[in-house]
Amino acid sequence: MSADHSASRPPLRLETDAILGDPQTKIIVCCGSGGVGKTTTAAALALRAAELHGRRTVVLTIDPARRLAQSLGLTELDNTPRQVKEIEPAPGTDRAALPPGELHAMMLDMKRTFDEVVLAHTDPRKAAEIFANPFYQAMSATFSGTQEYMAMEKLGQLRSADEWDLIVVDTPPSRSALDFLDAPVRLARFLDGKMLRLLLAPTRAGGHRVFSLVSASFGIFSKAVTRVLGAQLLTDLSGFVGALDSLFGGFRERAERTYRVLQARETVFLVVAAPEPDAIREAVYFAGRLAQDDMPLGGLLLNRVATVTADEISAVDARKAAESLTALDDFTLTGELLGLHASLVEQRDRQLAMTERFLAACPGVPVARIAAQPTDIHDLEGLRAIGAALVPHTGSR
Amino acid sequence: MARRNHPQAPAGQCGPALADPATRLHVVTGKGGTGKSTVSAALALALAADGRRTLLVEVEGRQSIAQLFELEPLPYQELPIARLDCGGTVLALAIDAEAALLEYLDLFYRLGVAGRALRKVGAIDFATTIAPGVRDVLLTGKVKEAVTRAVDGRWVYDAVVLDAPPTGRIGRFLNVTAETARLAKIGPIKSQSEGVAALLRSPRTAVHLVTRLEEMPVQEGTDAMAELKRLGLPAGAIIVNNAWPPVLTEARISNAEIRRGLAAAGLPSDRKTVTGLAREGREHQTRLAVESRLRAELRTADRPVVELPSLPHSGTRTGLEVLATCLRAALHRPEAS
Ligand SMILES: Nc1ncnc2c1ncn2[C@@H]1O[C@H](COP(=O)(O)OP(=O)(O)OP(=O)(O)O)[C@@H](O)[C@H]1O
Ligand SMILES: Nc1ncnc2c1ncn2[C@@H]1O[C@H](COP(=O)(O)OP(=O)(O)OP(=O)(O)O)[C@@H](O)[C@H]1O
Ligand SMILES: [Mg+2]
Ligand SMILES: [Mg+2]
Repeated sequence: MSADHSASRPPLRLETDAILGDPQTKIIVCCGSGGVGKTTTAAALALRAAELHGRRTVVLTIDPARRLAQSLGLTELDNTPRQVKEIEPAPGTDRAALPPGELHAMMLDMKRTFDEVVLAHTDPRKAAEIFANPFYQAMSATFSGTQEYMAMEKLGQLRSADEWDLIVVDTPPSRSALDFLDAPVRLARFLDGKMLRLLLAPTRAGGHRVFSLVSASFGIFSKAVTRVLGAQLLTDLSGFVGALDSLFGGFRERAERTYRVLQARETVFLVVAAPEPDAIREAVYFAGRLAQDDMPLGGLLLNRVATVTADEISAVDARKAAESLTALDDFTLTGELLGLHASLVEQRDRQLAMTERFLAACPGVPVARIAAQPTDIHDLEGLRAIGAALVPHTGSR
Repeated sequence: MARRNHPQAPAGQCGPALADPATRLHVVTGKGGTGKSTVSAALALALAADGRRTLLVEVEGRQSIAQLFELEPLPYQELPIARLDCGGTVLALAIDAEAALLEYLDLFYRLGVAGRALRKVGAIDFATTIAPGVRDVLLTGKVKEAVTRAVDGRWVYDAVVLDAPPTGRIGRFLNVTAETARLAKIGPIKSQSEGVAALLRSPRTAVHLVTRLEEMPVQEGTDAMAELKRLGLPAGAIIVNNAWPPVLTEARISNAEIRRGLAAAGLPSDRKTVTGLAREGREHQTRLAVESRLRAELRTADRPVVELPSLPHSGTRTGLEVLATCLRAALHRPEAS
C-alpha cells in the first residue's frame, strides 16, 4: 500500500449531489481563503439543495456582494432568514415524488448578534452599560475575530432552532480559512477576562518568582498605558471588564458548544479554493487542521477553473499556428482564437498542476471543480449555473 | 504581454502620470488578492530607478516581501533587498506591530526584560488587538518616521511604498486620528497620531488603488476611493492589474472562417474543434465586454489609470521587473494632450 504512488492514482470524486441529498447532512460549511468563492458556492449549493433535492434549506451568508444579496431578496442586514420565492423545481423532477424544497437566505449582522449574546446573559441595565462602553463599540465592530465568533454563534442558534433540513454556512472573508476555527476561541478567551483582570490588577497575581517578574512588568505596563494612552482608556477598560463580569464563561461555553456541532457527523466541511498557489496552500493547511480537530471534511471545491472546449489542439501547436497565421494577415480571427486557446490551455495545465499539489499533500480527499463563468454571479440563474458546472474531478482532461 | 495591438487606446498609455514627482509616500490598497503586494514591490523597484533609494514596507505580518523576492523571512529591520543596474536600491521593512509597540514604549520607559516578559504572556499582542486603532497608529507612525527621516538635511529615502491593508480596512487604517481620538483622549499616542495624519493628508502622500477588471474588486475599490475622499486622504492612481489580452474585441466569430484558418495552419478542423474554438472566443468576448464596462466605470473616477499585463509566470523576479518597467513608464509619461 505505502509503496504505490498516491499522486498518480485517480483522485476521489466529490459527489456534491450525494451530500446535498443525504438527509443525514444537516450542516454544510463552505470555507477557504479570501475571495475564492465561498459566498457564491454556499448560495449555489443551498439553492440546489432546495430545487433539486427538495430540502428546506437556509443559507447564512456573510458580506455577500450587493447584487447577489439583492437577488436573494436580502436588502437589509437584519439577521432574519427571508424566503427566496423564485425557486423552481429542476426541470424533469417528479413533483409528486419530490415536493419542492424551500430556500431561505440571511445575512449575518455581526454587531446585532453580539448585542443579542450580551442581552441573553445579563440584565437590560447592565447590557445598556456595556453597549455604551467605547471598548465594546470598538470591539463589536472591528475586533478581528468578532465576525467569525458571531458566525459560529448564529450557526449554533439556527441549529438549535431545529427547523431546517439543511443549513449552509458561508464563512467570513478572512485571509486564512483557519481563522474560522481559531478566532472564536481567541475572542472567547479574551472575553473570559483573565488577561484583562491580570492587566488591570497586577497586585493580585501570585508571588511566584516568574510571576512576580510578569506582574512587575504588568505594573509598568499599566503605567505605560496610562502615560501613553491617557487615563481615560484605563477607566473605560475597567468599566468594560466590570460590566462584562456577568458574562464571563458564557462566551467560551457557547463557542465550545458550536464547536462540538462542527465535529458531529451531520456536518460537512467543503473547502473552497481557487486553483492558485496561495489558495491551495491554505486549503492544504485547512484540510490538515480539520483532520486534527476531528471535523468532517467533505472535500475540496476547486472554483473558477479554466475550461478548454477545443481539446484537440495543444498549447504549443496553437501558439505556433497563431504566429504563422497572424503573419499571413489573412486569418486574423483564427490566429487570435488560437492565441487565446494557447493561453487557456496553459492556464488549465497550471491549474491541474495545482490540483496535483493539493492531492499529493492530502491524498484521499475528494475533489470537485467549478468552471469559471464568463461573468460574475449575481442572480439565481447564475447560481444555478454554478450548481450545474460543479462536476466531480476525475483527474483526466 | 504585448500591448501594441491594443485596439481601444489603452488607458495604460496616456493620461496624467501615475504620481506627482513630489509624492514621497505611496500607499497601495485594493481588494484582497488583487495584487497589492506584487504591485507595491514593482512600484518600489520602479521608483528606485536612476540611482534612487526606496523603502518597501509591509504591515500585515505576512512576509509577502520575503516571498516575492524569494528571501528568508525578514526581521523587523530595514534591509536592502534589491540593487538595480542603474544604481538604485530597494530596502524592505516588515513592520511587526508588537515590536513597534515595544520600541515605542522603550522611548518612554526602559522596559528591557520586563518588555520581553510582557510579550511572552501575550500582553503586547493583547494590547495591540484590543485597540486596533492604537495598533494602526504604531504602524503608520513607523512609516511616517521612515518617510521623514533625514540625515544632513537629505531624505534617507527618496520614496516609501506601503503595502497597505485591503480596501475593507484602509479607511480605518489611515484615518488614525479619528480612531485614537475615540480611545486615547490625551497622551503621546494622540500627538503621534496627529503627526501621522498631517503627513497622510499632505500632497506628499498618494493612496493608489489596485484592482482587477472584475465586478467585486472594482466596486469595493470605488467604494474605498469614495471613503478616502470623504476622509480627506489624497487619492493616487488606479492600477488595473491582470487584464486579459485585448484580442477579439470587435471580431465576428464565424465557424467557416475558423475552419479555413485551421486548415491553412494544418491543424484539425473537425466540427468539434471549430465549435470549441468559437465558444472559447465568445466566452472571452463576454469577459471583455464586462472588462470594458468596468474600465469605463473606473475612468469616471478621474484618476490616472495604469494597466499592468497578466504575467504568464507570476511570482518571479522577472515578472516583477516587467511590472516595474510598465510602472516606470507610467511615472514618467507626459500629460495627455
Ligand atoms: N465560478 C465562478 N465563475 C465566475 N465568477 C465567480 C465564480 N465563483 C465566484 N465568482 C465571483 O467571484 C467573486 C468572489 O466570489 P465570492 O464573493 O463568492 O467569494 P468569497 O470567497 O465569499 O469572498 P470573501 O472572502 O471576500 O468573502 C464574486 O464576484 C463572484 O461572482
Ligand atoms: N500581473 C499579474 N499577473 C499574474 N499574476 C499576478 C499578477 N499580479 C499578481 N498576481 C498573482 O496574484 C496573486 C495575488 O497577488 P498578491 O499577493 O500581490 O495580492 P495581494 O493583493 O497582496 O493579496 P492579499 O490581499 O492576500 O495580500 C499572487 O499569486 C500573484 O502572484
Ligand atoms: Mg464572502
Ligand atoms: Mg498582500
